[in-house]
Amino acid sequence: MTALNGINLDINEGDICGIIGMSGAGKSTLVRCINYLEKPTNGSVIIENKNLSSLNDKELRKVRQNIGMIFQQFNLLLQRNVEDNICFPLEISGMNKNECGKRAEELLKLVGLADKRKSYPSQLSGGQKQRVAIARALSTNPKILLCDEATSALDPTTTRSILSLLKEINKKLGITIVIITHEMSVVEEICDYVAIVDNGSLVEHGAVEEVFSHPKTDAAKKLVYHNNSSVAEMNSKRCIRIVFDGKSSYEPVIANMVLECKAQVNILFADTRDINGKAFGQMVLQLPEDNLLADKIIYYLKDKKVVVEELLDYVK
Amino acid sequence: MLSEKIVSEILVGIGGTLYMTAFSTLFAYLFALPLGILLVVTKKDNLYPMVTLNRILDVIVNIGRSIPFIILVVLVIPVTKAIAGKSYGTTATIVPLVIAAVPFIARLIESSLQEVNHGVIEAAQSMGASIWTIILRVMIPEAKTSLIVGATIAVSTIISYSAMAGAVGGGGLGDIAIRYGYHRYQTEVMIVTVVLLVVLVQFLQVLGMKIASKTDKRVIR
Repeated sequence: MTALNGINLDINEGDICGIIGMSGAGKSTLVRCINYLEKPTNGSVIIENKNLSSLNDKELRKVRQNIGMIFQQFNLLLQRNVEDNICFPLEISGMNKNECGKRAEELLKLVGLADKRKSYPSQLSGGQKQRVAIARALSTNPKILLCDEATSALDPTTTRSILSLLKEINKKLGITIVIITHEMSVVEEICDYVAIVDNGSLVEHGAVEEVFSHPKTDAAKKLVYHNNSSVAEMNSKRCIRIVFDGKSSYEPVIANMVLECKAQVNILFADTRDINGKAFGQMVLQLPEDNLLADKIIYYLKDKKVVVEELLDYVK
Repeated sequence: MLSEKIVSEILVGIGGTLYMTAFSTLFAYLFALPLGILLVVTKKDNLYPMVTLNRILDVIVNIGRSIPFIILVVLVIPVTKAIAGKSYGTTATIVPLVIAAVPFIARLIESSLQEVNHGVIEAAQSMGASIWTIILRVMIPEAKTSLIVGATIAVSTIISYSAMAGAVGGGGLGDIAIRYGYHRYQTEVMIVTVVLLVVLVQFLQVLGMKIASKTDKRVIR
């Protein structure tokens, strides 16, 4: 079996590069090729003009000390406390205990966990564990940080905070970050550059704005418009008229309603205008067939103090 | 009820059992620890794959595990004589005890080490850790709790083996139980020794589990 084939990818120093693909596409294998945890059968990985295939075991371990890595499952040493976890890469590189402690303290401040120095991983939340893992990965001052689905086990809020931490680190330390993910939102949020992996090959890569605004390949399109389920034709007979009578036009009432109620509505008629920041006018919406959902929408709008009137026989 | 002579003999027996158990466990671990580690790291896709060696070790361990202890004691008498100078008594019994315990303990160690999450080992590799560093600072410390539980099981098993060795003049409590209880029909002596063995195993079991849970940092207390 060939896991990866025809991968040609340059990652610039100081960039945040996202590698995205569906699960099983080979992106985890690809990131493991970067630090040679997975040795490619063919081809070369060149880091700072050093071809990894030309190195012996000892030299390779030295190079790895310059490449930090974080994981989806954090992979902290469970029998060591936070400080000793962060010190582990330093022990490997041969730093003495005293200096390790100092470095750990600095890093814990950087990731915002200064008070957790003596805690054990079991006492931390997922987000805190990932922060410790980031501190650990940064302890040896690496030039590159590899993130293997680092936010996939976290909730959306924690994901955002971890991503902003990574961005901050990238800016502050100038470290090159490679992010493996299956979530488009992660790439959108922090990456400069994106590479799309599908079926073991690199199908598209370029600046994030470019790839996202003009996805060329099917795989890219699938990722960019991932909710590409075609809109169902609406056959519902229930319609409502809503009247805007001078409330703030800055509040996107309809858009919020769609997001909150997770329902589609069909705008059949709209005549609204903005007068000095206030919305006036009316709109006719066709509601979903599901009566419960339709009621929910009416309730939501009434709750937002919008005048709602149900129309009978607007559509036949 | 028990004559003074028997009481003093039982006391010596307790000493003998403890002596055999302690030294057998110690020597057995000396051999079993490297063997257990080898069984793990030489596996396919592990740290240092050596499939042929792994298979050979596997077979040897299985052979050692499948010979009944009482037969093994007799089988290795020449070895025992060569090492201990004689084939009976507490010191000599340590030899077959070690031989029987090594494969058993190696398996316990193997299964403990295999419980260590592969991701943690991969993380250590990504930091540039050598195989030795991974074994000594990741695998063994991370498997600590399980290794201690394994050691508790090992000690209890060695105690029961040492008692079995009493059948062929091994010394210790088992020896007394067989000589008085079986050959001389002094059931009360046998009962006393059995109770002592039960108490001993019970005590070590509780102690082992306590140490294991006290040192385990994976649970929140």
